[in-house]
Amino acid sequence: MSYPEAMPEPEIVQRLVQGDERLFTCVVERYHRVMLGVAGHFTANRALAEEIVQETWMAVITGLPRFEGRSSLKGWIFAILANRSRTRASREARTLPTSAMGDRDNPEARLDAVDAARFDGRGMWAQPPRPWEADTPEAVVGNAELLDLVQRAIEELPPRQRAVLVLRDVEHLDSEEACKLLDLSEGNQRVLLHRARSAVRTALESHLGRS
Amino acid sequence: MLTCRELTELVTDYVEGRMSLWDRVRFSLHVGMCPHCRAYVRQMQFTRDVLGRTPPLSLPEDVKAELLERFKDWMRDPTRATPDGEPRES
Repeated sequence: MSYPEAMPEPEIVQRLVQGDERLFTCVVERYHRVMLGVAGHFTANRALAEEIVQETWMAVITGLPRFEGRSSLKGWIFAILANRSRTRASREARTLPTSAMGDRDNPEARLDAVDAARFDGRGMWAQPPRPWEADTPEAVVGNAELLDLVQRAIEELPPRQRAVLVLRDVEHLDSEEACKLLDLSEGNQRVLLHRARSAVRTALESHLGRS
Repeated sequence: MLTCRELTELVTDYVEGRMSLWDRVRFSLHVGMCPHCRAYVRQMQFTRDVLGRTPPLSLPEDVKAELLERFKDWMRDPTRATPDGEPRES
């Protein structure tokens, strides 16, 4: 059983409150990895990110009877997660030397969307993009090898790029919602999104570009 | 005149509608004349559409099992909220 996207949220919430275990597992499967990605935006410590997500699930389970549906279930879960991540990550920042935090992926850092070697001295294409051997996005995700390629490309992104890409492009949050959850300015969010999308495009090109 | 290389760095600003009118004009003029950049913009949009259709990654069974145990524990907890009562504050 996969997540019942078509089921009205009040019904999902009611079933969870009544203890529907199968549905709970579906909800976990649906959101757990996304939540890890969001937590990874706030902390480089993987174990801490896992802990934050676990705690968030507990808060979700115990808070469900009070969930009133003023926001979507997804928005509510993400808000709990972001709050917890902020609290835990700032506590961690106080106990760690600043060097341990690192400048993991500064959005201002200069990174090319396309390898500079593909342009000539005037900045025009020397090796232009080749047409792709795929008719539709559905055909790409329907192909196990290509889907794996895309999912690996997402996993390999720097954590802050991954968090933005997943919220914006995979979960379809708008830029305002993503900025609020991740404490980003609109501009920085856009730079991270640009880097992330460009990296996934490059990964797709390696398989779809006709040689 | 915008170069192709500059255009590849502006695609997201364009798609997100975060460009000044003048930059939009320069962008559109370039794309109108350059088939390579047209292909590039299409690939970026295609990439976004692929991302929008990727299913959630699978989870290790032990992660699922542990969370399910916690869910069951909470359901068995006698101090848990009843549907019309206030949940216990921890």
